Amino acid sequence: MAEESQNKLVYAGKLGYSFRRHLHERFIETFLFLSAILSIAIMLAIIAMLLKESIVFFRQVSIWDFLTDTQWTPLFDDAHYGILPLISGTLVSSLIALLVALPMGTIIAIYLSEFAPFTVREIAKPFLELLGGVPTVVYGYFALLFVTPLLQIIFPELPGFNLLSAGLVMGIMIIPYVSSMTEDAMRAVPMNLREGSYAMGATRFQTAIRVVMPAAFSGIAAAYILGISRAVGETMVVAIAAGMQPNLTWNPMEPAATITAYIVQVSLGDLPHGSIGYQTIFAAGLTLLLITLVFNIIGHLLRKRYREIY
Amino acid sequence: MRSVKSLEEIRRIIILHKRWDLIFMITGIVALMIAIMTFMALFAHMLIDGLPRLSWEFFTSFPSRRPESAGILSAWVGTTLVMLVTAVAAVPLGIGSGVYLEEYAPRNLLTEIIEINVTNLAGVPSIIYGLLALGLFVYQLGFGQSVLAAGLALALLILPVVIVATREAIRSIPITIREAAYALGATKWQTVSDHLLPYSSAGILTGIIIGLARAIGETAPIITIGALTFIAFLPPSPVKDEFPFISFEWLTAPFTVMPIQMFNWVSRPEEAFQLNAAAAGLVLVVMTLAMNGLAIYLRYRMRKNIKW
Repeated sequence: MAEESQNKLVYAGKLGYSFRRHLHERFIETFLFLSAILSIAIMLAIIAMLLKESIVFFRQVSIWDFLTDTQWTPLFDDAHYGILPLISGTLVSSLIALLVALPMGTIIAIYLSEFAPFTVREIAKPFLELLGGVPTVVYGYFALLFVTPLLQIIFPELPGFNLLSAGLVMGIMIIPYVSSMTEDAMRAVPMNLREGSYAMGATRFQTAIRVVMPAAFSGIAAAYILGISRAVGETMVVAIAAGMQPNLTWNPMEPAATITAYIVQVSLGDLPHGSIGYQTIFAAGLTLLLITLVFNIIGHLLRKRYREIY
Repeated sequence: MRSVKSLEEIRRIIILHKRWDLIFMITGIVALMIAIMTFMALFAHMLIDGLPRLSWEFFTSFPSRRPESAGILSAWVGTTLVMLVTAVAAVPLGIGSGVYLEEYAPRNLLTEIIEINVTNLAGVPSIIYGLLALGLFVYQLGFGQSVLAAGLALALLILPVVIVATREAIRSIPITIREAAYALGATKWQTVSDHLLPYSSAGILTGIIIGLARAIGETAPIITIGALTFIAFLPPSPVKDEFPFISFEWLTAPFTVMPIQMFNWVSRPEEAFQLNAAAAGLVLVVMTLAMNGLAIYLRYRMRKNIKW
């Protein structure tokens, strides 16, 4: 009898233990789940916050004016709210940056992945990754105080603030991202594809262009899209080196403001919470988010369409 | 169908192709060299301008109207405090999220949405996080333009970096480790906390360091929450000499950080201030390069040591 009751006690103890253990597990799982769901909460909070202030803004300014007016002077007495000058500044500086970063990044990636000897790659790859970590405000300093004076030797009439030097430095800044991601995508292509190509008598260049790059297309597209969103969303380089005057122009030799530079300019001043100036930066931010979202969706579709499975 | 070519023709084609191969190889080397040389030139320029300004006084003085006596004391103290908040917020949440997605998450729609969403968050421009922090932390929650608001803004920004690093580190652990732990009666959390997390710690640490290095250099979100640029005082000390010895007053204090201080000096027209900017930039670059270098070294060592 005594033995039986003792057994019961042991069982009860075990049961309690397993119950506590179970509770503990559930508690931790809940915490982990909540931290995972937080990323969705952040995204929703971003969209909600931008929409909330933008709706107040669009009650006072019609969307038609916002999209077609050619002046952006929200802080002047004669206020105009046309986003076009900010979009033109953003597009021109991004285009210059991409004209530098995409070809250079791709060539460097092909070289490192298909041509370079092992030691060169082992040194160049971490070096490029290191450069990717340099703060953007430092690149702004380079654009304003190093590249602009250099460009003024070639183009004496170039103003101190201009889109050209901001775009060029942005392009240099983005090269490491593009080349590093493109190289990763090309390295991931299985070796037997290359071997097949070489066996047919193709050179390394032919193999790289006709076999490896098409096979790595989805990864390369992802790298390009990342480069584009970096360029469009880049703030400090343009805020420092391109001037902060909204200017509807396609000429890179002129000063202009981008969407991001405008947000910085307003934030540097002391705008009261709830004023229309305060709301404009959220409307500008919403525009910026939509632009980057469009590129991300294009990238997602491209990846889906051209994903190669081995 | 092409006609059959003579041997000479084939030889000519081969020579042509080999020439293209060589031309591209040279192009590649030149492109790499141009990129590296440009970066070298940029940093050399900053080194020449900034190095003479670097002195002990530069680190122990407040910003000032007179460029010769201005320093970065309030900036580096501010950066340290903001990073503390960022790390405390981003590390547990990022690791928790990564562990959930890798070990716990069921294969369903919600999980897929979370995964896509983490990728999307990584692509959101940093200034948008600044707007979120301005609306949510500064005004809605009433934190004001404080260390807390800035630290949380940067924590949200680097969260995807920590999540992705955690997932990759955990994924690389072979399934046999988990099977062995379960076979011994371990619960899921015991498996995670006693085996998976310790084995992936180097990889997770790499991600955290890279994330924090990015946060240190971020300027745009901090400008957006309206952080003042001229701060000639320090936040209240976190350590007190009376009970309870720890104070959290500094969380709500106004502050400045390194990149803001540098931005402030760059945008002054006087050349003397621009030399200060170069010096501050030098400190910033050395800090981020050191952190990223440490991360790369850790990853390199990890790759060499671990053989499952």
